[in-house]
Amino acid sequence: MFAWDLLANAVVAGVLIGGFYAAVSLGVGLIFGLLDIANIAQPAFVILGAYAAYVMNSAYGMDPILSGLLFTPVFYLLGALVYRIYYGSFERRGEEALRGLVFFFGILFIMEVSLSLAFGVDYRLVQTAYTSKSYEVAGVGVAFRYLVPCVVGVGMTLGLYLFLGRTFYGRAIMAVSQDQLALRLMGANPIQIKTIAFGIGIAAASLAGALLISIAPVVPSTDRDYIGRMFAITVLGGMGSIGGTLVAAIVLGVAESLMATFFGPSWSLAVSFGILLLALAVRPSGLFGR
Amino acid sequence: MRALLVGLAVVVVGIGLAAVKVNPYLYFAGYVILQYVVIATAWNILGGYAGYVNFGTSAFFAIGAYTAVFLIKSVKAPLPVLILAGGLVAALLGLGIGYLTLRLRGTFFSIATLALSVVLQTMIINWEYVGGSRGLSVIRPSGPPFGSYVVFLFTVMVGLAVASVLIARFIERSWIGRGLAALRDNEEAAECMGVPTLRLKLFATTVSGFLLGVAGAPFPYYVTFVEPNSAFALDYAVNALAMPMIGGTTSWIGPVIGAILLGSASQLATVTISSEMNLFIVGVVLVAFVVLAPEGLLGLARRLRGR
Amino acid sequence: MAPLLEVDGLVKRFGGFTALNRVSLAVRAGERFGLIGPNGSGKTTLINCVSGALPVDGGSIRFGGRDITQLAAHQRTRLGLVRSFQIPKPFSSMTVAQNLAIPLEYAAAGRSGASEGDDIADILRGMGLEPKAHLRPAGLTQIEMRKLELARAMAARPKLLISDEAMAGLSSAEVDDILTILFRLNEQGITIIMIEHIMRAVMRFSERIVVLDAGERIAEGSPDEIVRNPAVEKAYLGE
Repeated sequence: MFAWDLLANAVVAGVLIGGFYAAVSLGVGLIFGLLDIANIAQPAFVILGAYAAYVMNSAYGMDPILSGLLFTPVFYLLGALVYRIYYGSFERRGEEALRGLVFFFGILFIMEVSLSLAFGVDYRLVQTAYTSKSYEVAGVGVAFRYLVPCVVGVGMTLGLYLFLGRTFYGRAIMAVSQDQLALRLMGANPIQIKTIAFGIGIAAASLAGALLISIAPVVPSTDRDYIGRMFAITVLGGMGSIGGTLVAAIVLGVAESLMATFFGPSWSLAVSFGILLLALAVRPSGLFGR
Repeated sequence: MRALLVGLAVVVVGIGLAAVKVNPYLYFAGYVILQYVVIATAWNILGGYAGYVNFGTSAFFAIGAYTAVFLIKSVKAPLPVLILAGGLVAALLGLGIGYLTLRLRGTFFSIATLALSVVLQTMIINWEYVGGSRGLSVIRPSGPPFGSYVVFLFTVMVGLAVASVLIARFIERSWIGRGLAALRDNEEAAECMGVPTLRLKLFATTVSGFLLGVAGAPFPYYVTFVEPNSAFALDYAVNALAMPMIGGTTSWIGPVIGAILLGSASQLATVTISSEMNLFIVGVVLVAFVVLAPEGLLGLARRLRGR
Repeated sequence: MAPLLEVDGLVKRFGGFTALNRVSLAVRAGERFGLIGPNGSGKTTLINCVSGALPVDGGSIRFGGRDITQLAAHQRTRLGLVRSFQIPKPFSSMTVAQNLAIPLEYAAAGRSGASEGDDIADILRGMGLEPKAHLRPAGLTQIEMRKLELARAMAARPKLLISDEAMAGLSSAEVDDILTILFRLNEQGITIIMIEHIMRAVMRFSERIVVLDAGERIAEGSPDEIVRNPAVEKAYLGE
């Protein structure tokens, strides 16, 4: 007797968490997928966003999504600053391969340790109006805690997709990833465009972090769980394809959920790693890649 | 050959220090610093010589440690077997990861190593035989030379440090080292000039992995209580990066200088301030060096000498 | 006599874009062969496929009668199929002499003449680079970098040398300099494929020329024939 309801629950949960994973991976999709900058510090920025939401929630009772949006400009500026340092120290001199990677790792490390020093290693969580609400659809439970981040995640993906396709700066960002010379001839400065793109990628982390802490409690080392996921999703979805990122995120979410349901929750991290290796081995340009 | 004699002399000094029974803390701290000499040297064979950055040092170290735990618990294997086995398993891990990712850009290799640590830690946490998440106690063998097992491990680590430096130096000066330098400088040109880049990269990954596993194998006997959080500590990953960066990545001397300097400073900071703060400082130093002095102290010295 | 290099029906696609559409050509041993075509015609892609930097999607490549289509680039170099790069790619952490030691050690192993040190000095002297033997590439001028590319290719003891736009951006005198070197190499028995945009160099140098346009071979013949070919004129100047 096959456990259909277990399967259905697992798939729905997977799709919902997939939407959230898309939000988390947007930054990497933009920065690594389009700009080709291996920003491995992205997970740390997401956790920073989660802690920012925690502080606003515990001090002022602010809804995390609201605080995530509120901090977006701050994160944008932070991202722009980080890119400028990266560009000046490495990209300009053509040294980005080895040293750029180490630089981002250093940033990741410093941020994680700083959060540890500031907040300790206890789990932090937020209280929202909808934390414990859920409703049933055809016998499958849908928790608001998962539904809201999923919807926001899909919304963010759509927003970024439209931005890249319909606005001047968005198209400039797409162009800078393909042909810098043409961009210059168009009168746009590639460095400025990349700064904007990087800033947007980090700004996305603010909201993604807020969603993260809405779903589950966080500690400073939570960022490590997301490294594999973010890059697996970006590679699988096709570097540079925002729509592909969403599809890949849902695929990963469902895969993890099925794994957790039928084999135990502690193996879910192995899923993302496995998918990453598989994607790299079989089709490095991903499902929808150029 | 002169290098071998120098190495031998260092080992003799190490044994002498062990026999003389100075302040016991020296052996604890000395073990850690020498362990980092091995780790930094191992990392640099792939990172400095070939230009491929491994962020998953903790994974290789821990694999060496847990291979040892497994062998201690199952067959009470002697230390030399632990060291060899730990190295071989880690070498296989390096070869495997390398084979899967080294045909792509270096960036993907680095990302894969970053994810590797997390995954391996998950697997070890699920493996009850070696203690799972609760950890495992390990009893040191009785009757160690010099009367104290830690002092004995100290001399073992002296030997391993000397051996790993000699191996790195040998590679650096051989045709393999020259090929690695060529592929580091420009992989496409190296391949077109007849350098078998894939094979050399796999070689470097395997040797680097081997030495990292070797560094981890005595760990269970050193700490006597092995649990995943300490074996997979991020300390190893960040120090493996920072020490060669500080010393200089192009030569075997760099990791040694970096390990001794940073290792000693870290020991001091951990004792006087806190281990968390020490980690923070290491992170800042790493970023500072990679941005301001990417060629490390060796590079600065070269510049001062006007070369 | 069988050709030294045979490219048969080579196909290369990038996603939906076909860069090479069943291109064939044959180069005889000792020949001076020119490969020209407008920008984007597929010359560099062809060279990348022949040298092994890119895998092909169809067709075959034979070198010295042997099918090398599946061989890695470094293996082809060891057989004597050597290329230089359009944008010089020196080994920046090594001296000029050390740059040459790499191909000498890896590609020419067992095929070199006297002691390694002599070989390097000879090659550098022939290029006029000997005074700079102990400098890093960062200390070289533009034309010296191009010469280093050729010198490094020479150190690999090529049977066939593919010179990829070695003269781009050089002055007239510098172009003649490089041309003299290439003529001399050919006299020593090395087959040379020259890819260039500088027409007077190609016309003077080549015994036979193949013209590519939009991934297809549109003409082949002696320099005189090519110059008078209307299809070639159309490719370069448009309709």
